[in-house]
Amino acid sequence: MSVILEAKHINKYFKKPVNFHVLKDISFQIKKGEFASVMGKSGCGKSTLLYILSTMDTDYEGELYLKNQLITGQDSTHLSHLRNKHIGFVFQFHYLLSEFSVLENVMLPAKKLAEKSLQEIEHNAIQKLKILNIEHLASKKASQVSGGEKQRVAIARALINDPSIIMGDEPTGNLDSHNAENVFNIFKQLSDEQGLSLLIVTHDEDFANKTDRIIQMEDGKILL
Amino acid sequence: MTNWSIILSIAKTHLLTKIKQTSIAALGVTFGIGSYITLVCFMTGLNTMLDDLMLNQTPHIHVYNEIEPSKKQPVSLYDNLSNSFNVIHSIKPKLSQKKIHNALPIINYLEHNDKVLGALPQVKAQIFYIAGSIEISGNLTGINPIEEANYFNMSDYIIEGSAMALQNTDNGILLGIGIAKKMALKIGDRIQVSPINGSIFPLKIVGFYQSGVADVDAIQSFTNIKTVQRILGEANNYITDINVKLYDIETAIPLAKTIEQQFNLKAIDIKTANAQFETGTTIRNLITYAVSITLLIVAGFGIYNILNMLIYEKMNDIAILKATGFSGKDVQLIFMSQAMIIGFVGGVLGLLIGFGLTSLIETIPFKTEALPTVETYPINKDPLYFIIGFSFAMVSTFLAGYLPAKKAKKIDPVKIIRGQ
Ligand SMILES: Nc1ncnc2c1ncn2[C@@H]1O[C@H](COP(=O)(O)OP(=O)(O)O)[C@@H](O)[C@H]1O
Ligand SMILES: [Mg+2]
Repeated sequence: MSVILEAKHINKYFKKPVNFHVLKDISFQIKKGEFASVMGKSGCGKSTLLYILSTMDTDYEGELYLKNQLITGQDSTHLSHLRNKHIGFVFQFHYLLSEFSVLENVMLPAKKLAEKSLQEIEHNAIQKLKILNIEHLASKKASQVSGGEKQRVAIARALINDPSIIMGDEPTGNLDSHNAENVFNIFKQLSDEQGLSLLIVTHDEDFANKTDRIIQMEDGKILL
Repeated sequence: MTNWSIILSIAKTHLLTKIKQTSIAALGVTFGIGSYITLVCFMTGLNTMLDDLMLNQTPHIHVYNEIEPSKKQPVSLYDNLSNSFNVIHSIKPKLSQKKIHNALPIINYLEHNDKVLGALPQVKAQIFYIAGSIEISGNLTGINPIEEANYFNMSDYIIEGSAMALQNTDNGILLGIGIAKKMALKIGDRIQVSPINGSIFPLKIVGFYQSGVADVDAIQSFTNIKTVQRILGEANNYITDINVKLYDIETAIPLAKTIEQQFNLKAIDIKTANAQFETGTTIRNLITYAVSITLLIVAGFGIYNILNMLIYEKMNDIAILKATGFSGKDVQLIFMSQAMIIGFVGGVLGLLIGFGLTSLIETIPFKTEALPTVETYPINKDPLYFIIGFSFAMVSTFLAGYLPAKKAKKIDPVKIIRGQ
C-alpha cells in the first residue's frame, strides 16, 4: 500500500500568550484507502495538527510528505495548488460561500484548478451531489439549506477535484445522530469504493470505532 | 496562471450582494469625475474665451516708432570730452515722426519670414468727431479691414455692418459704439472728423465697433488706411504701426528683439505686454485642479472604506477560498477587481454626467456687454479631459483598493477558522 500522507517529528509551539509546546514529536502515516480517526480531549492539539497536515499552517518544525513529496517549506502559492488538487477539507462548521448556489460552491475548487472544461466540472459537481443525495439542492442558495445538508455540500466540495485525502475537523460534531450516521456512511463508502484516504477528527466514540484505525492524542502527543 | 473568469465572478457576486454599498462607492467616483469634467471644461472654456479675447485682437508683435530721448547725446561724440564727466540737464527727445521709416519694405520683409503669418500696417491718428456744434476727441485708425478680420478677428467686434462694407466704401467709417450713442448716429449717417490741425472731412458710417471696453468704444473708430492718409494729408507710405501675427506665439520674444535691433524701432511682444494675464490663467487652472483632485481623493477614501468593510464581512469567504486552494494572490485579485469594477462603473457614469452637465451649461445663455460674440457659457469639451478623468478614476480606485486587497491577501485562514 502506498503512503499518501506522512508526518515526521512534527513539533509546534505557540509563542503567545505564553510559550506553549502544543504538538510534541508527532510522526505517523496514512496509507491509500485508509480511514483513520483522531480522538483526544478537547485542547490536546487535534485541530492544530490538522491545520498543519492540510498545509494551511506552515509554522511548525518537522517534515510533512504528501505522496512521498516533501511539502514542508514550499512557497504558499504552490501549497495552495497542492491543497486545491490533493486535499479535501471538511470543517466542523459548514463553511460555504453563502451568496453562491450549492452547485457553484461545489464547482469552485474545480474552477480554480482549471483542469477540466466548465461542462465537465458541472457534470462532476452534480455527480458528487448525487453521491451525497442532495442533487435536488443544486440551484439553491447555500444560505438556504439546512445544517446537515450544508455539511454534505461541504463534503461534495471536498470531493470535487478527486483528492488523495480528505481531512475533517469534527465534521459530525454539529449534526444529530441520524445525520452523523449518514456522513459516516458516505465516508466509509468513499474509502471502500474509491480508495480515498480519510483522516477525521471526532469526539464520537461510535464513529471512531467503526473506522479502520484510531489515532489517540493526549497533551500534544500521539499514544500508540 | 490566473483564472480570471472565476475571480471576476466571485468579485461580481460580492458586489451585487452588497449593491447598496457598492452603489454608494461608485457614486462617489461618479461625483468626483463628473465634477472634475464639468469644472475643467467650464474653467478652460472660460480661460480660452478670455485668452482669445486678449490674444485674437492683440498682435503677437506690435512694431511702432516710440518718441524717446536719444540714448547717445551729441556731447559723447566729441572726442575731447570723452574722458570727462558730462552732465546734461533737461534732455528733450528729438522731434521725430510717428511714422515708421520705410514701413512698406519692412512689411514686405516680415511677410517673407516663415514664422510670420501676417504683418498688417496701421495708421493711427488723433482726430475730433464733429456733429453740429459738438466736438469729441478720439482716435481714428486706418486699417486693411479684410485682413484685420482674417488675422485679428476684427469681425467679432463689429456689431453692425461688416469689415467688407468698410473695405468697399470709400470714406466709410466703422464708428465706436460709445461715440454713436453719444451722438445718436445710425448706419448710413454721416459724421465729420477733423485732424488736430486740419480741415473737416465727412465720413459715412458703415458699421459699429464694440470692443467691450467702454473707454475704448467711446473714442476709437476705424477706417481704411487710404482714408486716414488723406485726412492727415500724408503720402501712401505713411504707416505708424505694424501688427505682426505669428504661426507660433512662442517665437514672439526673439523675433521682437531682432526687429528692434534690425530696424531701430520699438517692438513689443505679446508675452511681455500681457505677463499678468498668464498669471491669471495659471491660477484659475490651479484652482480647478485642486478642487477636482480633492473631490477624487474624497471618492477614493469612500472606496477604501467600503472595501475595508467588505473584507471584514467576507472574512469567512476568504478563509474558505484559501482553505479550498485559492492563493493569497487570487484573493487579492478578487478584491482588486471589486475596486476596479467600482472605479470603472463610477468612472463611466462620471463621464456621462460630466458630458451631460457640460452640454447643459453650453446652452445656458450668457450675455455680456464686454463679450459681444459670446451667447452662452463657454465650454471647452476637450476629449483629453474625459480621458484624464477616467484614468484618474481608475488610478484612484486602484490605490484605494490596493491596501484592503493586500490585507485580504495576508489573512491567515487558520485564525478565521479557529475563531468560529
Ligand atoms: N493561536 C493560538 N495561540 C495560542 N494558543 C492556542 C492557539 N490556538 C490554539 N491554542 C491552544 O492550543 C491548544 C490546542 O488547541 P486545538 O488544536 O484547537 O485543540 P483541539 O482541537 O484538540 O481541541 C489549546 O490549548 C488551545 O488553547
Ligand atoms: Mg478542535
